[in-house]
Amino acid sequence: MPPWLTRTPVHLALVTLSLLWTLPSLGLLISSLRPPADVISSGWWTVFQHPFEFTQYSLENYRAVLSAAGMGQALLNSFTIAIPATVMPIAIAAFAAYALAWMEFPGRQWLFLAIVTLLVVPLQMTFIPLLRAYGNLGLTGTFAGVWLAHTGYSLPLGIYLLCNYIQALPKDLVEAAAVDGATHWAIFTRLIVPLSMPAIASFAVFQFLWVWNDLLVALVFLGGTPTVAPLTITLTNLVGSRGQDWHLLTAGAFVTMTVPLLVFFALQRYFVRGLLAGSVKG
Amino acid sequence: MVVFSKIGMAVLAILVGSGGVVALFYGANALVERFAPGQFKGRILPWVYLAPALLLLLAYLVIPTVLTVYVSLLDARSQSFVGLNNYSSLFADPGMGEAFRNNIFWLVGVTGISVSLGLLIAVLADRVRYEPLPKTLIFLPMAISFVGASVIWKFIYAFRPAGTAQIGLLNGVITSLGFEPVGWLVERSLNNFALIAIMIWLQTGFCMVLLSAAVKGIPQEIIEAARIDGANEAQIFWRIVVPMIRSTILVVSTTIVLLVLKVFDIVYVMTAGNQGTEVIASRMFKEMFSFRHYGRGSAIAVLLLLAVIPIMVVNIREFRHPNPTR
Repeated sequence: MPPWLTRTPVHLALVTLSLLWTLPSLGLLISSLRPPADVISSGWWTVFQHPFEFTQYSLENYRAVLSAAGMGQALLNSFTIAIPATVMPIAIAAFAAYALAWMEFPGRQWLFLAIVTLLVVPLQMTFIPLLRAYGNLGLTGTFAGVWLAHTGYSLPLGIYLLCNYIQALPKDLVEAAAVDGATHWAIFTRLIVPLSMPAIASFAVFQFLWVWNDLLVALVFLGGTPTVAPLTITLTNLVGSRGQDWHLLTAGAFVTMTVPLLVFFALQRYFVRGLLAGSVKG
Repeated sequence: MVVFSKIGMAVLAILVGSGGVVALFYGANALVERFAPGQFKGRILPWVYLAPALLLLLAYLVIPTVLTVYVSLLDARSQSFVGLNNYSSLFADPGMGEAFRNNIFWLVGVTGISVSLGLLIAVLADRVRYEPLPKTLIFLPMAISFVGASVIWKFIYAFRPAGTAQIGLLNGVITSLGFEPVGWLVERSLNNFALIAIMIWLQTGFCMVLLSAAVKGIPQEIIEAARIDGANEAQIFWRIVVPMIRSTILVVSTTIVLLVLKVFDIVYVMTAGNQGTEVIASRMFKEMFSFRHYGRGSAIAVLLLLAVIPIMVVNIREFRHPNPTR
């Protein structure tokens, strides 16, 4: 057999799988651009009968979902939740990782081991006691409450990753700086943090997307209050209350996906690394 | 104007939250540097750097875990001690039995199919020049939230009575082939598998990326040598590629198992656990928020922890000491 013929099944399989994997998202994107009446009266694939007739597309659904359906507020809330819930664990985990890696104190290794062990705890183990405590402290339904919860949950992974990276930095460099009289603060901010940027970036991308895409933690600690609800909760409510309004659902789903997709295309390298590193999260 | 004030509030909250934590460390460090006497500085400073992390770990993971174990031995309102009653009532409950059964479907279905498909794609894509394109397209769903993916697939499974125009892709295909449309999410023999398909769509890309890196790590000489000895492609795959990346396969599989054990979002959004689609995590959510039975909810969480521990141990051990020859 000529080589191109033996190759044909390989090409065929790859093209088929790629198409299969793309079709669901493509259908969503096309439907979100069609007028409401068209979305419920014919399949989205019918646009391919005359794909370049641009009058059949409009951005009206996005306007409707962002204003009337509350997705605009939810988009702001998602940023308000996700950015501090990414910065806080990075700062706290980086300081802790530096202390565990480069500072002398008794019980250092034992402490590191204990923190890594906490990776096994499923989030479900913590909900009921925390929910009660939040009720008593008035933290339920506040941004600060979710920030702290996401921060606490991400610390075992963050400390584990950053500590492994910071430990592997050249010893001479840190010691030379210490001999020159640099304080721990100076060594940390001027030397360790800049050198650890690849690890910090991977963890940041992972944590940001984890929080952005999270539904469970937000449901438990925010309840359903619309003033603080992120996109995932608002979209879930939309499925429940307007389940047949496909023009709103498709546009809403695409709104929730835009930021992760931008991160994916802009920071693909860190995205993959972060996902691989974060795969052990509880 | 309202929009601007809302954006302003959001920016303010972000600045307070993000800036606050940096200010906290800066202030604590400055205090120690200024006021602690010389010989104590070195002893106090590590604990200053560690304190926020340790406090949060204690408050959010250690103490709640211990409390949950304790609450699982108390009644619905945590007022009296009931021993292991919550556990025995869980095992006797048919709804919980269904959740266990479905979770096993999920574990076998998602792990088996996404790992094997991921491996297949990794090996196939390795042989073509346009490798990045299919890999990007298949990895892309990883960026999408479970909620977003659920909406995407709810639309694919959309059902219209026979005779009307179908708007769901799957029923569109089926009716154009001359069959009756199917209620994918209602039919009890199908709906679990309809949900499992979503997770496979999401996770295959993850398996593919890890396995692809492992496949590329196999020295080319070994494969060439086998080829010269007359091995065909299937023999090379089963006798060389698979054994050599065994460790990676194990890590990928255990990772998927850990994820699927705790699957919640997809079931919650698609069916809310109705029509026989309950899983362990969605059942726990129901015990907590619908039935307000904190004892049983905690017992489910403890069972989840017990299931996770052995898998996690295997995962971390292989992850930290990957041993390709074993």
